[in-house]
Amino acid sequence: ETQTKCGTISLFSHLHQYSRKAPLTQQLSIPSTVIHPSIVRLGLQYSQGIVVGSNARSVALLHAFKQVIRDYTTPPNEELARDLVNKLKPYISFLNQCRPLSASMGNAIKYIKKEISNIPSQFKEEEAKTKLQKCIDCYINENVVLAAKAISKYAIKKISDGDVILVYGCSSLVNHILCEAYDKSRKFRVIVVDSRPRLEGREALRRLVQRGISCTYVLISALSYILPEVSKVFLGAHALLANGYVMSRVGTSQIALVARTFNVPVLVCCETYKFCERVQTDSFVSNELDDPDDLMVTRKGKTQLENWHDVSSLGLLNLVYDVTPPDFVDLVITDLGMIPCTSVPVVLRVKNLEQ
Amino acid sequence: MELQAVLMAAGGGSRMMDLTYNTPKPLLPVGNKPLIWYPLNLLERVGFEEVIVITTKEVQKMISTDPKVKLDVKMKLDLVCIQEDADMGTADALRHIQQKVKTDVLVVSCDLITDAALHEVVDLFRAHNATLSMLMSKAHEFTETVPGQKGKKKTGEQRDFVGVDGTGKRLLFMANEADLDEGVVIRKSIMRKHPRMHIKTGLVDAHLYCLKKSVVDFLADNKSISSIRGELVPYLVRKQFSKSTNSPKVIDETHQNLKKNDSNISSRDEELLHLTQERSCWNDHRGDMSDAYHGGRLRCYVHIMDEGICYRVNTLAAYIEANRLAPKLFDEPAVHPSAVVSERCLIGADSIIGASCQISDKTSIKRSTIGVSTTVREKVKVTNSIIMHGVTIEEGCNIQGSVICSNAVIGRGADIKYCLVGSAQRIEPDAEVNITYHYKSITYNNCHKVSK
Repeated sequence: ETQTKCGTISLFSHLHQYSRKAPLTQQLSIPSTVIHPSIVRLGLQYSQGIVVGSNARSVALLHAFKQVIRDYTTPPNEELARDLVNKLKPYISFLNQCRPLSASMGNAIKYIKKEISNIPSQFKEEEAKTKLQKCIDCYINENVVLAAKAISKYAIKKISDGDVILVYGCSSLVNHILCEAYDKSRKFRVIVVDSRPRLEGREALRRLVQRGISCTYVLISALSYILPEVSKVFLGAHALLANGYVMSRVGTSQIALVARTFNVPVLVCCETYKFCERVQTDSFVSNELDDPDDLMVTRKGKTQLENWHDVSSLGLLNLVYDVTPPDFVDLVITDLGMIPCTSVPVVLRVKNLEQ
Repeated sequence: MELQAVLMAAGGGSRMMDLTYNTPKPLLPVGNKPLIWYPLNLLERVGFEEVIVITTKEVQKMISTDPKVKLDVKMKLDLVCIQEDADMGTADALRHIQQKVKTDVLVVSCDLITDAALHEVVDLFRAHNATLSMLMSKAHEFTETVPGQKGKKKTGEQRDFVGVDGTGKRLLFMANEADLDEGVVIRKSIMRKHPRMHIKTGLVDAHLYCLKKSVVDFLADNKSISSIRGELVPYLVRKQFSKSTNSPKVIDETHQNLKKNDSNISSRDEELLHLTQERSCWNDHRGDMSDAYHGGRLRCYVHIMDEGICYRVNTLAAYIEANRLAPKLFDEPAVHPSAVVSERCLIGADSIIGASCQISDKTSIKRSTIGVSTTVREKVKVTNSIIMHGVTIEEGCNIQGSVICSNAVIGRGADIKYCLVGSAQRIEPDAEVNITYHYKSITYNNCHKVSK
């Protein structure tokens, strides 16, 4: 018994099913007054998949927050520290409805809320706003830009000449590392593994080939065929959980599993701001369900799954994330250094102490 | 503020002079409401709270003095008047109000009647950070016969060629047959970037545009552009692929000049946007080595409606078609409560009776619109017609497929088929008027019995 209602799978019925057919913007007024226009724009870009990827989403979120802060004026008899945080709440819930927040976005929001609450009450509005803008710029610079540089430095040490590196999907960080390594004249070639329905590997392939790196492209079904050639696997991460599990695009755990079977080292690259305190051991308890209609494919004018809603015994599931156990991951490269997967709680503790 | 609405209501209605020689186009009654009510209602429904209305002094006077012209909108209307004889194009009008424009604008024409979901157009504008986003619709054949025309007249209008990409949203090419000498010419640079282009004809341009503020400022510096539809839109569409716009030039220059005031903040913001695009693994096309949008900073989008109502009331045929369909757009009862309708008359379900009308016994009104304060006497048959305000129709008349303009008087027993009777004209009793005449031109000379 895996069907409750036609189309929903009972194992995932506790998760919200997102559908692209009912955009949230239908209920919003034009021009948008309740929700700040930059937030509406951001929500649209999230739901349409224009801004995709953990880093891109966080940077875009903070950019939109900068606009919100710039257009904010403290109402009379209110304190900026408290009122601005309250103003952000409906925006965050709107964005969550467009697409569930990522772990990196969650951490960014925690940071900005803390910074806003810590504004001393004697600051004038302009001073406070400038300080917040600076904080946001600083956060992005440290956690995204400089972290990428630091991780590249460590990772390049692990890339030797003659390597065959396998990457999965399109991770902005892994692409950055490979481009940096190529610029530092390391000789290697890349195998890009891709999977439906997102086929993000095509974009990774384009960026690497544009740089001049020689690449091979396969679908995930050819993984065990191609693995004997591979010397290392580099994976990106959406989040690192407190029990050492790696949450990443669906398919990553497969790659890690098969790589372990072939005794190929698996290296996960992840910035520390994506570490989160959640604990998960499987991909069912918490995940994102994407539009099942994306799984339909039209070839030569025919769409076989066109009327899948009418078939009562058929359900389509489009998962976005999966979790990889720490046994399959050999090393995690972060901006704090190269650590084993099980050291994540230590890093979280150190970061909390710093704050 | 996200968007400002600008309603263009200064146009003359040059393609339906029979109707507009006496009544300005924005105030022509459609379904007993002034034409300008429809776009205003559309803007109000989606949530606008104020609109800048560019119109003539004549229209402004009529709105404020004439009791029949009730606009019935809760929005704040900022009326900007321009001279009737200034011969201003829509782009000229936009330049005229440049000082009032503080953010991006949504330009609507006063003759647009539509039930389109505006958020589709605005979402394209928002999501892709577009410079221009517009609305078009598949054209529907007009089914009603037009008075004064023998059979179905072939519209002498020249076709518009609209080129869109595979998604049907990005506008790649726009040209009118009048500007093309021999064939459609498409630049190789466009074909290299977008190898698959769908070229469509038979689309109605709804004349609804979302424009970035920098475009309005650009217009201020380029006084040669006079019409939005005729000149500005094709210019923007062409500029998408021009080599110079891939570095800050023309439109972006003004954009940057304005940002000089808060330059520190906005240059950091540009960097962040660039960082986002760099880190996001999204591309709007595939198959070549270019980044998203081919690195272009100017983008034009279009939303093409498949179904739904979308009419531009700028010809007589469109006016009649709009009157037929207008009742579907609002919820008011077909017979106005203040109309005095006798019990022994037949009023079809698809007819509208305006306020303060008097409909006498034994009349039959089918598929027609009866205007405000119109008197219809006994034994009159009105079919498929539009009767405007203040008309008097004496006993025994038979009116079919016609348009009777305001304050006309139709004498007893007149038989009018497929005609247009001009404003305040009188039809003699027992006259028989048929399809081939525009009655207005004849009645200037004190009418008499007219036959085919």
